[in-house]
Amino acid sequence: MGLREKFIIFILIVTDVILIAYLFLRDKTVAVFQPSGLIAMQERNVFFFAAALGLSVIVPIVLAIFVIAWKYRADNPKAKYTPDWHENKKLEIFRWTLMCLVIGVLAVVTVFVAHSLDPYAPIKSETKPLTIQVVALQWRWLFIYPDQHIATINYAAIPEKTPVIFNLTADAPMNSFWVPALGGQIYAMAGMSTQTHLMANTIGTFYGSDAEISGKGFADMRFAVQAMTEKDFDAWVNTTKNSPDKLTNNVYIQLAKPTEDNKQHSFTLADDTLYNDIMMKYMEPGHDIKY
Amino acid sequence: MEQFIFGKLTFATLPHEWFTVGGTVFITGMMIVGALFLTKTKRWKWLWREWLTSVDPKKIGIMYLIMAMLMLFRGGIDAVMMWTQQALASSNMPGLMGSQHGFIDASHFQEIATAHGNIMVFFVTMGFLFGLMNLILPLQIGARDVASPLLNTLGFWLYVAGAILINMFFVFGGHFSATGWLAAMPLSELQYSPGVGVDYWNWSLQVSGLGTLLGGINFIMTILKMRAPGMKLRDVPVFTWASFCSMLIVISIFPILAMTLALLFLDRFFGMHFFTSTAGGNPMMYINLIWTWGHPEIYVLILPIFGIWSEVVSTFSQKRLFGYTNTILATAGVMGLSMLVWLHHFFTMGAGADVNAFFGVITEFIAIPTGALFLSWLFTMFRGKISFKTPMYWFLGFVSTFSFGGMAGVMMGIAPIDFQVHNSLFLIAHFHTMVIGGALFGIFAGISYWFPKISGFTLNERLGKYAFWLWITGFLTAFVPLYILGLMGATRRLDHYAASTGWQPLFIVSAIGSLIIGCAVTMQVIQLVVSIRDRKKNQAGNDPWNGRTLEWYAPSPAPVYNFAVVPEVTGRDAFWEMKQKDLPKPVYHDIHMPKNTATGIYIAGFAFLIGFAMVWHIIWLAVLALIGAVVVLIRRAFDENTEYIIPASEVERIEKERRKD
Repeated sequence: MGLREKFIIFILIVTDVILIAYLFLRDKTVAVFQPSGLIAMQERNVFFFAAALGLSVIVPIVLAIFVIAWKYRADNPKAKYTPDWHENKKLEIFRWTLMCLVIGVLAVVTVFVAHSLDPYAPIKSETKPLTIQVVALQWRWLFIYPDQHIATINYAAIPEKTPVIFNLTADAPMNSFWVPALGGQIYAMAGMSTQTHLMANTIGTFYGSDAEISGKGFADMRFAVQAMTEKDFDAWVNTTKNSPDKLTNNVYIQLAKPTEDNKQHSFTLADDTLYNDIMMKYMEPGHDIKY
Repeated sequence: MEQFIFGKLTFATLPHEWFTVGGTVFITGMMIVGALFLTKTKRWKWLWREWLTSVDPKKIGIMYLIMAMLMLFRGGIDAVMMWTQQALASSNMPGLMGSQHGFIDASHFQEIATAHGNIMVFFVTMGFLFGLMNLILPLQIGARDVASPLLNTLGFWLYVAGAILINMFFVFGGHFSATGWLAAMPLSELQYSPGVGVDYWNWSLQVSGLGTLLGGINFIMTILKMRAPGMKLRDVPVFTWASFCSMLIVISIFPILAMTLALLFLDRFFGMHFFTSTAGGNPMMYINLIWTWGHPEIYVLILPIFGIWSEVVSTFSQKRLFGYTNTILATAGVMGLSMLVWLHHFFTMGAGADVNAFFGVITEFIAIPTGALFLSWLFTMFRGKISFKTPMYWFLGFVSTFSFGGMAGVMMGIAPIDFQVHNSLFLIAHFHTMVIGGALFGIFAGISYWFPKISGFTLNERLGKYAFWLWITGFLTAFVPLYILGLMGATRRLDHYAASTGWQPLFIVSAIGSLIIGCAVTMQVIQLVVSIRDRKKNQAGNDPWNGRTLEWYAPSPAPVYNFAVVPEVTGRDAFWEMKQKDLPKPVYHDIHMPKNTATGIYIAGFAFLIGFAMVWHIIWLAVLALIGAVVVLIRRAFDENTEYIIPASEVERIEKERRKD
């Protein structure tokens, strides 16, 4: 088998992989590339820009390496051979400027988007934002709606086209809160409160999970984000408010115990300061949540 | 009393799951077979005198390679188990072998994932690299030995002690750490991980990390002090330069690792609060510290590989390397930048836009020297005479994987992109592209390039190329699906997932890829066996590739003193230059060489005992072992008789025999 045949086989394999991937993905959602949230959409655009810029440099270089490898193969009598040629000012200037230019452009973009897509940056919108307090537990997610006085386990309902402020903490090891269809991750850490702003552009149920290993039941730390119309959301809040289950401190202490049970549930909220109390537990001794 | 003698070690902790029992049976079985073989062939003494106590870097190098291969086998089995689990573990599939999902349960899966990462980075890649450096680096700079043979053997044996310690739970039970390869914090604190797993992890890394640090010091001294007369730093071969940069990173960062692990030990042993989330501890501090070490650690692996590519491309193009000075500068640039980017591992911790922007930009800067290196190789091939031996295949495989994986890395330097792929399988696919497509392919290229120098015969070319094609096919089949899965929202270390995610087909494709990689490794073993069988036919001679650097001037395999007459160097590519002119007839002199010593193996043995004792809280054993190590060290310090002389007549005899071709 000559080099040419091997090269063809190699190309065939690569094409096959791409083809199979395409056939498989036709009817699936690649959340990061087909997002349903404002932030995720902007993050995807940055992704595409960076990929295009990178590929525009890398593809020519890789192709050039293959072309040169083929052209200057030892058994090509027509190729020039200059064993001692090893310096060229112009090529030196070319390679360093090329790389500096490309990375320079990328660096400017990086600084810009690091600010514009900072998770702490509020989303500009006419609609009044909704605040949700998120507590990572072992191993489930507690969502507290302080203004609506309700709380849910392992799912969060949000109104579409409304900015949502997520404040996050943990009563557990470190966790990473991720809803790929809506936007990027942020850690939930004990004794601290982080924040991210997300907004759903359409209604739908989106997959969310913990991206950071946090113990035995971590694979089950999945949750659903249900984006609904404003009307449906209000209706949902009202039904939940009538839930017979009250999230008292006592119930919370039970909830915070490690479990691999990842069922969804909803409560009315008994104590509006629960989120702060959970954080205070870790701030100094003696702040344990009391019965 | 019982607790004083045995610490936390009890009968209940002894292995009882199928995988630990299986591991124990396998390990003891191998040891019995080995022992029987040695007894039968009466080789115990030979093994001890010629190998285990050897200070010859060439022998230490070969032992590194063997150890790394064994660990590759261990880490590879871990990988195949994870792939199989994930292919099976869709939530609608029934569990097998008593597990709820797939065939292994969650904690076991997390232990495997942790062990796989640790073993592949510390004991496989690092082992292969230190092996190659031991074998080639002294030869490249025309040295007869390394600067400190004692540090070298001690470093090697500490590495072995760490490797044994990480597998010790198979034999003595307990569990391995299940908290990820760099121990997620505060998950690894006593509160969440009360078992001995994290301690096994901690002490294994502490012991082998010390070995790496000592090895690094030794190589830096060797490169600075042991070069052949006339060889200026600006004439040093590129692989040596790259290794030098890599070792500079080692001595800068491994003390950080040692300190971080020591603080974690204080937390876990004395109940202190450095990294806990309660009582004033700060887990974010740990994450910063471990990545301040952990990120440059990856560049410790990749820099010598860049050096290998420069050697391989230049040799197989039969041409001088393009832009030597700038290539070195680029390597040094990567070295410097690699220590300033650790925060990109946790953009998601919420540090704020300015911090994320700063570390993002520095991360991208690494692409400037790396891209320049790629162009070095491109311009070196330009107007060369390229022969496509196996190492060149690996090079082209490297180019077509690493560059795209590297691009994914640069993209993750942009914080908003990282938010969407952080800790996802996209990230996993990215860094496996770097470590397999970059480091491992480079190691394979280096091994097949230098194998004739190491052994005296070449590796079978045809089987080597088969292995390459299997590797590249398996690699793409295994990791392209992971990129896609990550973008679909699949996170890393999942022991099972909801059927509704629809990820299973991609996981199955990926698992098939792992089987192809398995075939590739089998092919490499066959290649090795066949090459050894046909060694008479494949005699390489001293200079099989028409090489450029000094290692090809030494006989293959090099005698214990490397060079009978230390060459005078007048420029770069010293051997290429020597070949252009006639050399004077050599005059032989007596050669001083270091005597073999068991100091390294004894101290490492004690270090192993300290680690093991601290894992199980057996204080008396730790104290005794510490005293033992110090006593051995003091005894060695008073040993005046550490060198011997090879008389000139003996040198002449060996040279006649070796250089008869």
